[in-house]
Amino acid sequence: MTDITLQEPAALTSRAHKARRAGAGDTRFRLVTLAAACTVLLIFMGIIVSLVHGAMPAFKAFGFSFVVTEAWRPVREVFGALGPIYGTLVTSAIAMIIAVPVGIGIAIFLTELCPRLLRRPIGIAIELLAGIPSIIYGIWGLFVFAPWFQTAVQEPVIEALDGVPVLGTLFGGIPYGIGIFTAGLILSIMILPFIAAVTRDVLETVPSVLKEATYGLGSTQWEVMWKVCLPFARTGVVGGAMLALGRALGETMAVTFVIGNAHKINPSLFAPGTSISAAIANEFAEATSPLYTASLIEMGLILFVITFIVLACAQLMLRTMNKHAAGH
Amino acid sequence: MHANSTLYARRRAANFAFIALSLGAALFGLVWLAFILGALLKDGIAALGPHLFTEVTPPPGAEGGLINAIFGSVVMSLGAVLLGTPIGLFAGTYLAEYARHGRLSFVVRFVNDILLSAPSIVIGLFIYELIVVPMGHFSAIAGAVALTVIVIPVVVRTTENMLLLVPNGLREAAAALGAPRSYVIKLVTWKAAQAGIITGVLLAIARISGETAPLLFTALNNQFMSTDITKPIASLPVVIFQYALSPYEDWHKLAWAGALLVTATVLTLSIIARLLEKKRT
Repeated sequence: MTDITLQEPAALTSRAHKARRAGAGDTRFRLVTLAAACTVLLIFMGIIVSLVHGAMPAFKAFGFSFVVTEAWRPVREVFGALGPIYGTLVTSAIAMIIAVPVGIGIAIFLTELCPRLLRRPIGIAIELLAGIPSIIYGIWGLFVFAPWFQTAVQEPVIEALDGVPVLGTLFGGIPYGIGIFTAGLILSIMILPFIAAVTRDVLETVPSVLKEATYGLGSTQWEVMWKVCLPFARTGVVGGAMLALGRALGETMAVTFVIGNAHKINPSLFAPGTSISAAIANEFAEATSPLYTASLIEMGLILFVITFIVLACAQLMLRTMNKHAAGH
Repeated sequence: MHANSTLYARRRAANFAFIALSLGAALFGLVWLAFILGALLKDGIAALGPHLFTEVTPPPGAEGGLINAIFGSVVMSLGAVLLGTPIGLFAGTYLAEYARHGRLSFVVRFVNDILLSAPSIVIGLFIYELIVVPMGHFSAIAGAVALTVIVIPVVVRTTENMLLLVPNGLREAAAALGAPRSYVIKLVTWKAAQAGIITGVLLAIARISGETAPLLFTALNNQFMSTDITKPIASLPVVIFQYALSPYEDWHKLAWAGALLVTATVLTLSIIARLLEKKRT
């Protein structure tokens, strides 16, 4: 073995030597890229492991009752996540109810109705809205939107609906300006561009032959959209909406500023509440006891699991859509 | 005939309502953009001044600027980009060049897309457990690593997408000249996808320069100028968060100034990225 390796370099010309070195470098390069790809997996597993590890004390102390308890009393070391979970789900629901129809409307406007000249500028403007950091939505929501919303919307609505069953409870109470509904509204503005952008891209994959054929039969624009384009693009639109829902569930700063940070569940949507992300953002750095920290981390784990499920569904749908589109 | 004409009128009315609604939706989106940017410009510009770039964040009631926060943001973003770009670039290269249809690639792609939209506050918790707890205190390093976790998926996604656009003919031609695989990648496909990859990195910087949640309990905050990366450090988003929620009027003004700086940075980066992308196509 040894004498062969001793002879080899002498036998090789410098060019062959270079080629051999390049071959070794080739393997090394491949391994480096493989390691980088595995890093992505490691990060993901690291998140789960570290959250489970950090949440352990809370698991042991409260078990399953953690997710169904509303009480949140740091001083007495009693922690329940029901209030924040409720806040997260309700704010996201409000955001979706507003943003899905409006986002689809924007996408339809951009693909079908908008004059060609305006298409690019409006599309860019909507995408810029997606680029604005969430903390900007938060500070704007707190200083500009909430005071305006308080006097211009909440006060008259509370007055008008006072005494009406159900609606009177949902939109009753004191007009604080901030609260669950305000947070949901600001979230809807934040996720609007995502839904609009994904829906636009999906609508653009509708083959023009389909649209032309439908127009040829004498259909109106509404009928072409509603009966041909949207059904064709359905999976993609739903996938895009799920992607936006994933963002809404985990959004922190825009919500933290305007949700009011109250762990109580109030029947009125105008009342202050809290969400998982807002509770963590507000309380984590000040959490004094290990159990307090662990409870907040367990809420983080719950949030991660919920968003994982939503995002995974979104991905599967968008993938199916892409395969479907590629088939045409 | 009569039935037909009412049906026709109904269809036309439905169509008109549909056009009006989607026009309304587009206006709705644009009005918010104008509303937010308008408020930002009005309150932000009023609070701008050279003192922002020369003085550190003040205690309540005193004069001050944001230089320590700007410095902290730049340091952590730089660290995150230097750390995250190579990992993202190599991982994206693996997905596009080595194992396009492999099982591992499928899983990595799936996980990467989840990480791309994962709640950033959870990433903050992860780095807290990973770095802050073992170190025993908050630090600029922890903040930079948290931002790195956000940079990586963005760069992986754009790198893979851009490499997939490179025609196979280029790879085959280079291979036919006898170039080993790694040379083909480094000298041909990376070159061809260069503009797109740079776009991805710019978008990643834009994304992290406004991130607040992952910094809250990794880098924490620091009222003073700090150049020690093992100590807590200020950052623009965290200062905005803290100052906006304070009861002091002059802190609010600084928060607005910071918000304007962050937004201007993010929008400039996105516009540059867009121009680069356009040049390529």
